[in-house]
Amino acid sequence: MAETKRLADPVSRRRFLAVGGGSTALAAFLAACGSDSGTTTTSTTGMKSSGGAGETAEFGKGDVGILNYALTLEYLETAFYRDVVKSGLFKGAELGTIRKFGSEEAEHVEALTAAVKQLGGKPAAEPKAEFPLENAKSVLELAATVENLGAAAYLGQAANIESPEVLASALAIHSVEGRHASVLNTLLGESITPDGAFAKPADVKTVLESVEPFIVG
Amino acid sequence: MSEEQLAHPELAGVGVDEDSQDLSRSEVILKGALAAGAVYGTLMVGPYVRRALAMSGGGDVEILNFALTLEYLESKFYEEAKSRAKASGELKSLVSLLADDEKQHVEALTATIKQLGGKPVAAPKFDFPYSDTSGFLALAQTFEDTGVSAYNGAAPAIESKEVLAAAGGIVQVEARHAAAIRLQNKAEPAPQAFDPPLDEKKVLKAVEPFIA
Repeated sequence: MAETKRLADPVSRRRFLAVGGGSTALAAFLAACGSDSGTTTTSTTGMKSSGGAGETAEFGKGDVGILNYALTLEYLETAFYRDVVKSGLFKGAELGTIRKFGSEEAEHVEALTAAVKQLGGKPAAEPKAEFPLENAKSVLELAATVENLGAAAYLGQAANIESPEVLASALAIHSVEGRHASVLNTLLGESITPDGAFAKPADVKTVLESVEPFIVG
Repeated sequence: MSEEQLAHPELAGVGVDEDSQDLSRSEVILKGALAAGAVYGTLMVGPYVRRALAMSGGGDVEILNFALTLEYLESKFYEEAKSRAKASGELKSLVSLLADDEKQHVEALTATIKQLGGKPVAAPKFDFPYSDTSGFLALAQTFEDTGVSAYNGAAPAIESKEVLAAAGGIVQVEARHAAAIRLQNKAEPAPQAFDPPLDEKKVLKAVEPFIA
């Protein structure tokens, strides 16, 4: 692991640290379904979250905030794979997989950027990132961490998304992150489903704290 | 919903079959529109989707029963495969893991439908035509990819946030399965940057041949 980078810019530092807020409680699988069955998803006001929607407020309001949060993560993933390809640590089939995943993350960046604009928002800026690229094994481990975290991040926001169209797009990305995570876990000889039969979500604070070491100035 | 009311008439044909008996027209249109929105990455289907949603009365129980039918299929498929697929080594462990996950999905969906006051559908009888490991793997890939697309297509119509979050937790696991099975098949594990959603009608059509 390279030395932990610190955020110099107080604004971006705050953005990456202070988005805690209430826990979403969305991890409470299936248990409390009965109570919420009457809520409607048809009006925008009826979609207000009972707990977690404010989590991404630092990235923008409502769906724009959630999309910009996702965009920030996708920027990091794209930069990571780009650096890994350049590192020369991989060849052959593994390099092919890394290139493929990297190009898919770049497509996610494009789609999310377009979606933020369509909602009238301002797309988040690309963070400057640096990743420790020491050897193939440590890089694969980091890739697996990033992808499992990315999948959990999308899952953590799904129920906070107001627009069904944005939700449909987020879900189409979410399952691809899950596929990536499964492949990397397989390459490392780890379980493809580390959470068991039901994937667990991650809240914004946990996710941002995990990626913070890779954000520079 | 009549054709004249559609904000985007060009989408009217998406996923709509005239012989549809199980779904209301508005539901079929809704799912097709959501699919179109996700596939093309646009937000242009907005007003159209909202109107269809308002007309769709199926509710979460119907969606969950649809998911339950798919999970019955997968669960039975892998349970049988333990003795039929002639799997060994890594694949044998994978089959066992997948059988266990799908069984848990069946149980969770059944419990949730009951909690919502609904009646879980009965398990159909299935017939899986394969005679060797490669035949098994080909079917497994179809089922897992279809499962992912089915959940992705149906989820935006889910009303309850808790049910949506739970469905998300399941679809991610299906995606993980799909990638692992694809690796076994020497196929691209994540072939596209966006998993295409499938509407219910198309999903049912895809699995129909395996219902005895």
